[in-house]
Amino acid sequence: MKKYDIVIVGGGPAGLAAAVGAKENGSDSILILERDNQLGGILNQCIHNGFGLHTFKEELTGPEYAIRFIDRVNELGIEYMLNTMVMEISPDKKVTAMNCTLGVFEIQAKAVILAMGCRERPRGALNIPGYRPAGIFSAGTAQRLVNMEGYLPGREVVILGSGDIGLIMARRMTLEGAKVKAVAELMPYSGGLKRNIVQCLEDYGIPLKLSHTVVDIDGRERLKGVTLAQVDERKRPIPGTEEYIPCDTLLLSVGLIPENELSLGMGIEMEKATNGARVNESLETSIEGVFACGNVLHVHDLVDFVSQEALLAGRNAARYVEGKMERRKEEEVRLIPEDGIRYTVPGCIRLSNMDDVLTIRFRVDRVYKNCFICVYLSGQCILRKKRPVAAPGEMEEIRLSKEKLLELPTLTEITIKIEKE
Amino acid sequence: MEKRDLTCIICPLGCMLEVNIDGERIGVSGNTCPRGENYARKEVTEPARMVTTTVRIKGREKGQVPCKTAKDIPKEKIFDVVRRLKEVEAVTPVRVGDTILPDAAGTGVAVVATANVD
Repeated sequence: MKKYDIVIVGGGPAGLAAAVGAKENGSDSILILERDNQLGGILNQCIHNGFGLHTFKEELTGPEYAIRFIDRVNELGIEYMLNTMVMEISPDKKVTAMNCTLGVFEIQAKAVILAMGCRERPRGALNIPGYRPAGIFSAGTAQRLVNMEGYLPGREVVILGSGDIGLIMARRMTLEGAKVKAVAELMPYSGGLKRNIVQCLEDYGIPLKLSHTVVDIDGRERLKGVTLAQVDERKRPIPGTEEYIPCDTLLLSVGLIPENELSLGMGIEMEKATNGARVNESLETSIEGVFACGNVLHVHDLVDFVSQEALLAGRNAARYVEGKMERRKEEEVRLIPEDGIRYTVPGCIRLSNMDDVLTIRFRVDRVYKNCFICVYLSGQCILRKKRPVAAPGEMEEIRLSKEKLLELPTLTEITIKIEKE
Repeated sequence: MEKRDLTCIICPLGCMLEVNIDGERIGVSGNTCPRGENYARKEVTEPARMVTTTVRIKGREKGQVPCKTAKDIPKEKIFDVVRRLKEVEAVTPVRVGDTILPDAAGTGVAVVATANVD
């Protein structure tokens, strides 16, 4: 059986940065396993610009951002295998994978980094009534067809869901000559970035219908049209508000699900709010030496933050392999998301392994204006950060200083909540 | 005096900007950095956008090369640029930054490849 110190599952932005992080921190035995025929993951189909502003201080397209990291992986001489699918990982870190040349094979790892990313919620998850004609695609599938394979999935389009991929595809399909008739969003706000609403919808006069959903699908062989209706505050369609829109294509941009089959198979503890693993300050899961980063851990909006997180996961895996990680279970401090905060990553902190400053990422549960993000240690407020706007579609972060936490020797819980003015 | 509400798109923060246009005088508020003010001024006087699209590969049935304008171009030229690029085929091998079209539809801005294709 082949042996590696660190096996990374996934060669997208998270896997690439994790590999770089591990190598730069001294690990010499790293293998990336990627199921596609090239590295870079979903960035390869994201040909629009806007990536890398934080990391490289310039606006890159998806493939350009990926190439920066792929070049670095190659410069550092990090090994990778393409067209290779990981089937199973055992709790003692034996990785079972397969590809066309080696068949089924096993690799023993000392540490594993989970970087499998996420996939789109399909139509089946939505319970839309009506027939099942051709012409209904997830937005990401349409993106791959248009940008990589050179096919236009349809000419008259309705998009359900205003997630970023849906917004990006509204513009992309318009540029390719399709007519995008409407973007319908169930919620009273968009889940996409503001810049995408401006540049992808407003620029092209595409209407964004908030608090609307698809209530019927028409067409047997090919989609002929959809019926949209307004929904009330409990998201139930309001009778009498139905509007029939003829179209041949419906794109779904209705959320992303971390792809955690391998993690679940290993018996890793999951976090309900993120559908990702529960991790500590080192981005280590409930299984020692197994780390998670990027969209498999929690869905990000910006790849820059995926890369930052993954660099740390890689560094921590290298530390773990070298035996530099403390493990004293009793000093775990739990992070408790309260009023208005849906979750935090990480979910707990072991102070002995904490960096001097630790970034905590989280999402809020609805749109807040002029609010404060507050951190409490045993009832005492140690941080009060003003936010003019906080929305579920944009991940928030705060930085905790280790010095502050060490001031309270009996610390067991840190509470994060939103407070109004 | 004309008032326009804009959402700043320079960074993911997405500041809500209020722009007051009084002839030559343009007042911007709501921005948290100078880039926001510059964006608002430009957006009300000469809006510009980066264009990203794909071109076909010469001699190949399948596959495309993603490309972008080297810098932003006037907003009203977006469709001209995309239409012009429909006639262009990239010659492989292509490297990131290679020029696909030296002047995109009379804008004076080049279109460059954004991926490597062998």
